[in-house]
Amino acid sequence: MNHTFDSDSTSITRRVLDALRLDPVLLSLLIVLALFGSMVLYSASGSDHAVVIRQMTRIVVALLLLVAVANIPLRMIRKISIWLYLAGVAMLIAVMFYGEVGKGAQRWLSLGFIRFQPSEILKLAVPMIVATYLANRVLPVGLKELVVSSVLVAIPVLLIARQPDLGTAILVGSAGFFVLFLAGVRWRVMISLGVLLSLMAPLLWKFALHDYQRKRIATLLDPESDPLGSGYHIIQSKIAIGSGGVYGKGWLNGTQSQLDFIPERSTDFIFSVFGEEFGFFGSIVLILIYVAIIFRGLYIAAHSTENFGRLLAGAFSLTFFVYLFVNTGMVAGMLPVVGVPLPLISYGGTSMVTLMMSFGLIMSIRSAKRFMV
Amino acid sequence: MPKREQLQDDYLESRLIRRRLVLSAIFIVILLSLVLGRLYVLQIVEHEHFSTLSDSNRVRIKALPPTRGLIFDRHGVVMADNLPAYRLEIVREQVEDLDNTLLQLRQYVEYSDQELKRFKQSLKRRRPFESIPLRLNLNDEEVARLAVNLHRFEGVEINARLTRNYPQGAHAVHALGYVSRIDERDLGEVDGAEYAGSTHIGKLGLEKFYERDLHGTVGVQHVEVNANGRTLRVLNESPPVQGNNLHLTIDSSLQKVAEEAFGDNSGAVVAIDPNNGEILALVSMPIFDPNLFVNGISFIKYNELRDSRQRPLFNRALSGQYPPGSTSKPFHGLAGLETATATNDQETYCIGFYKLPNEERRYRDWKKQGHGHMNLNDAITQSCDVYFYDLAYRLGIDRMSSFLGQFGFGVKTGVDSTGERNGILPSREWKRRHDGMPWFPGETLITGIGQGALLVTPLQLANSTAAFSVKGTRYQPHLVKSIEKVPEYNRIEIANRVAGRYEIQKLQNWEHVHKALVNVVHGLRGTAHRISKGLEYKVAGKTGTAQVFEVAQDEEYDEETVLEKLRDHALFVSYAPADDPLIAIAVIVENGGHGSSVAAPIARRIMDAYLLERS
Repeated sequence: MNHTFDSDSTSITRRVLDALRLDPVLLSLLIVLALFGSMVLYSASGSDHAVVIRQMTRIVVALLLLVAVANIPLRMIRKISIWLYLAGVAMLIAVMFYGEVGKGAQRWLSLGFIRFQPSEILKLAVPMIVATYLANRVLPVGLKELVVSSVLVAIPVLLIARQPDLGTAILVGSAGFFVLFLAGVRWRVMISLGVLLSLMAPLLWKFALHDYQRKRIATLLDPESDPLGSGYHIIQSKIAIGSGGVYGKGWLNGTQSQLDFIPERSTDFIFSVFGEEFGFFGSIVLILIYVAIIFRGLYIAAHSTENFGRLLAGAFSLTFFVYLFVNTGMVAGMLPVVGVPLPLISYGGTSMVTLMMSFGLIMSIRSAKRFMV
Repeated sequence: MPKREQLQDDYLESRLIRRRLVLSAIFIVILLSLVLGRLYVLQIVEHEHFSTLSDSNRVRIKALPPTRGLIFDRHGVVMADNLPAYRLEIVREQVEDLDNTLLQLRQYVEYSDQELKRFKQSLKRRRPFESIPLRLNLNDEEVARLAVNLHRFEGVEINARLTRNYPQGAHAVHALGYVSRIDERDLGEVDGAEYAGSTHIGKLGLEKFYERDLHGTVGVQHVEVNANGRTLRVLNESPPVQGNNLHLTIDSSLQKVAEEAFGDNSGAVVAIDPNNGEILALVSMPIFDPNLFVNGISFIKYNELRDSRQRPLFNRALSGQYPPGSTSKPFHGLAGLETATATNDQETYCIGFYKLPNEERRYRDWKKQGHGHMNLNDAITQSCDVYFYDLAYRLGIDRMSSFLGQFGFGVKTGVDSTGERNGILPSREWKRRHDGMPWFPGETLITGIGQGALLVTPLQLANSTAAFSVKGTRYQPHLVKSIEKVPEYNRIEIANRVAGRYEIQKLQNWEHVHKALVNVVHGLRGTAHRISKGLEYKVAGKTGTAQVFEVAQDEEYDEETVLEKLRDHALFVSYAPADDPLIAIAVIVENGGHGSSVAAPIARRIMDAYLLERS
């Protein structure tokens, strides 16, 4: 990166950022996105100050964690990944037995003072453990590595899917998969796996999916079939986005949003609010900000000097993309409704913290000794 | 081959990873282009479509039911108004589990299966987010009980709505009719849009006949609602227009006098102003409380009313058809004079029965021993049957029939209410049509004393009597005097319409019959002589007794032994003051026996109330 900063103040900022091992480009994009997100959230929450203040607090906490993680040396991260992974899986098993039920799924673990979803830890731990495992092996990965890695990914993914939390399972699974993909799994292996999976799809449909998950997929194909049930989300979301037009109805002016027609409008369906109030033009801008973040992450991955950093930074960036794609695809009625938030904008603490920490890791990778920028 | 696997080559590996990263970037661009493409389709290509959907989502059209017009009697006494009453209503869209909610509600308020059925029917034809009444007219206790628990029931509301109320209860019910819940059949008869917000409609009587006037015009409100159907603000509104008020010709106090005069008897009274056809009182007894029907009558209560031996739901004044008996004699008498079939002084000798030439059958007079020599005046005053058998025989059915027709027998009067029946005016034509049989001479005879096939409604009889009293001009009787347009409060008078006019050939003929009718009341031998006591004005009247069942040739009718429901009906028609009539009355007391003893006193009380207390 070749920044030309003219004023003294920016160079001071630059030096502070360097000292904190932070990437100014990524950091500023994240902050812009988070602030932009708070604005949308203000509208989506029906001008609820309290909600926005809570979200801002989370942003600040998450950013502090980002800074903290960014200052953990990569060596250390590689060392703790196995423990983080084991702890995460242990907690997932604990959730199975002692977890609290919320919204029909057993996801939450209460530690007395704090209630959290262990599955969030795995969003970090799975790519970390796979990247650690593969970092010292010869690439492209051989069969043994593939099998070991797949098992490492499959255990938590299956546990999470059981809860059931399809959205998180997809995110964790794809994070692990991306490490393998970047590590060079051969195409023919991937293709045969793909074929195998599609052959198994009818079986999965029948045995692995819950009724409500099957219904969501069926609804996607024909939302009108269930306009008062699960089709309602999709129908109302499409109406919101479609009625936004080119420039949108304006901030705080979305009738679909403000009049409560969009379910989950401050969490998973916040993009419908955005699309209604800011239109196609706003959507392009928002997606470009996301693309900039993703590409910056991929850039850092590409310029890392060791495989661990390359694989991990790449996998995090790609997982971030999966968030974006699954969420926007869902609200636009292209993908089934799965619980994936719009990253850094949807209301909610856990994914915000996990995401910022993953960006902290990316920044740590960037700052690693032999990083050449 | 070297075992590459065992060697880590950072250059090759970083190239591999970079290649994959670039590949991923390309994938990302492709997939996000798909998303943007999708957004392009939604937001640009199909924007119009979704825009419309969005508007129809948030803007809801709410119907504002108009307030029903009020009904007043001729002196401004309120006969029907509207009171706020609490209703238990449910918005289907806001209730998740309807059956469970209905079940739970039973803990706090009772509702019948019938009400539930009606509720479910209304549910089918509701507009989205319309609140559908489950129970009407909640009492204070029910409201209190529900209000405390309402928070547990999403979508259940207690709403105060203006509901039809008949402040005087059963009073004048058969004149007014009543409103009740709208059902499918009603909707077939009216413009559904006009009734979008209404729950009630006129079912009977004036309430039905003047439904269009009383109902008013529905208002429309465009409101913005949220996804739960809660109204957030009113975008625009055209308010409903209240229904027009009706001012009746009915005199409530006179009506009350008539109702009270009946006591426990069943029957009917109609009092008409013969100078314009205004109906002063229209009574059918017994009466019942129409408020029961407004708020949903229970099956038990309804069956009780319907199956009651006295049949209170039956509007005898308009739908009851009775043989007029001797009350038809003035018309036959006039027919005889006008057609020169008889003269005033011509006498017939009454031996207690009449026989047709060449026939054995005896047509009996009510007075077994006979009346002796009878001229027209005597025959009317003493109600001699033999005189009228003979007169009928000489007139023939064709002339009788056409003459009675000119006084309104056999046709609807055209009163502004529902349920009016024709009565029957027999003729050869009618007989052929009705039974396919020829007319027998004996039938002419019994028609001459108002029996046989001849049937009249009390309203018809009153109206014919009124027409007689003013020498042949027959008005169309009506219950409404004026319609008051509400926003402006200007009254539009209902014009008096002449329904028919009989041109009297010789005024003297009419005067002969008229004098005989005065004699019925005031003459010493008059059949209604007993009501003349203390009369301060002159009354012309005629008693009548209508046979309910036929006494066989050699049997005798004994009032004591005959079951009450087979006892004769008592009739009385009259007009007063006789020389310048202001009121004409027909009274029928079912199974009352003789007209003179039961029916005439009722007429007397009405006439007293109307003529004496008025001044």
